[in-house]
Amino acid sequence: MASVNFGFGISKPRVIDIDRNNLRKSDEILLEMPELQTCIGCGSCTASCTAGNLTSFNFRKVHALVRRGEYAGAYEEMNKCMLCGKCRLLCPRGINTRGVVMLIKRKLGDF
Amino acid sequence: MRRTKWEEYQKDIADDKYYYARSCIRQNFFPGSEKAFLDILRNDLGKDIFDDPLHTSCTGIGYHSDIVPFETIMTVVARQFALMHEAGYENFTSSCITSFGIYTEILNTWEEFPETEERTRENLFKATGRELVKPKSLAHTSDVIFHLRKEIAERMKRPLVNALTGEPLRVVEHIGCHYAKIFPKSGIGGSEFPYVLAGMIESWGGEVVDYPERRHCCGFGFRNYLVQANRGYSVANSQKKLESMAPYRPDFIVCNCPGCSMFLDKWQYTIAEMEGTTYGAHGHGIPVLTYEEMAGLVLGYDPWELGMQMHAVDVEPLLEKMGVEYDPSTKYLGPKGKYIGKPAAAAVNCSAGVTLYDIKK
Ligand code: SF4
Ligand code: SF4
Repeated sequence: MASVNFGFGISKPRVIDIDRNNLRKSDEILLEMPELQTCIGCGSCTASCTAGNLTSFNFRKVHALVRRGEYAGAYEEMNKCMLCGKCRLLCPRGINTRGVVMLIKRKLGDF
Repeated sequence: MRRTKWEEYQKDIADDKYYYARSCIRQNFFPGSEKAFLDILRNDLGKDIFDDPLHTSCTGIGYHSDIVPFETIMTVVARQFALMHEAGYENFTSSCITSFGIYTEILNTWEEFPETEERTRENLFKATGRELVKPKSLAHTSDVIFHLRKEIAERMKRPLVNALTGEPLRVVEHIGCHYAKIFPKSGIGGSEFPYVLAGMIESWGGEVVDYPERRHCCGFGFRNYLVQANRGYSVANSQKKLESMAPYRPDFIVCNCPGCSMFLDKWQYTIAEMEGTTYGAHGHGIPVLTYEEMAGLVLGYDPWELGMQMHAVDVEPLLEKMGVEYDPSTKYLGPKGKYIGKPAAAAVNCSAGVTLYDIKK
């Protein structure tokens, strides 16, 4: 309809709707690396990340989004990782974070 | 969750002798509500309430838009309290939720930082020669109506019941964020179980609708609507609520905040004009009432005297459901019978063309 122009539109919500997202790839990833489910989202990985200090790469953000079925751009983002493994030294949950990078790249290469 | 959880969060509300502070925006958008509040308290319930022409805006809108500094607003608020003391009252009641939030915030600041209170006292004296005396009790006017809800119920002429089916009316209650989300102790039922409006609805025969986005903000949030480019965010919040409540088929919405009643009402107009979506029965919007209008209807007031012709969403479907007798031809006539103008046809009211109201024109 859009009959009247008020000079602004109605913003669409940016919430992540897990009920609508396709969680198949996310389930596959968590099946191969169940320890990722223990992530507490502390952000130590991102804070210590060499690549993240030089680019806008945010490791925690990407793996958190992937777990919620938001795959767009995840593969490209993960390509920024230089696999130095610093995040793995810091993760309080002992998650093999470098392995997470490789797994996401392997599973989401075609997204 | 126990239905009586709200009872754990209580506050003291005075029984009589109130000093009344008006709201800036309500007098434009819901101009009959404040008068209705004064009439109900004075004429129906026989209370003493002082409507002081000397008090000013609390400057809350300027404060929340980063225009008025905290020091300034504290001095303005100190002046209102000084006026209250000079008039011989000690129970402060404000008509606006933003003001109520401001008063609560400032009283708490003074309690935590007595040196700030001293500075404000000094500023007030230097600026006006007045002396700050803090109120004994602070209540929002919806607290006062809540407190007196049983006395109103005793005088009830029209319960919140569908006159045709005898079923209770289904009411969505919306509490302003600044009522209890800033200081949970300052609201009846705290911020998680606000009971201030639900209590009125239940005492007057209605049924409270619980829906997923019940506690979501209406989207008013000063900065969001002051800047035109941000209004899309503001309206999206109201839309989220309306979409969430619509399946529960509420008969009307009642709010205790000037901004919420204005936005839930007027954004329905906007959404209908932009997208053609309406959320009430038969393609209409859902009428939005202030709690004074609700109390006024319950006490038998004339809807046009309550200022209900100023709403964007027409209230007639609700009046008919409640069995309220009203004169359609006087809808757009002011207190002295002067024609006040009629809004253009709107999608939210199913674009009624020429109606009875045109006859008097
Ligand atoms: S392995 Fe990758 S994600 Fe981890 S710190 Fe190094 S560059 Fe960052
Ligand atoms: S460091 Fe480990 S627990 Fe913390 S956010 Fe990264 S993966 Fe999760």
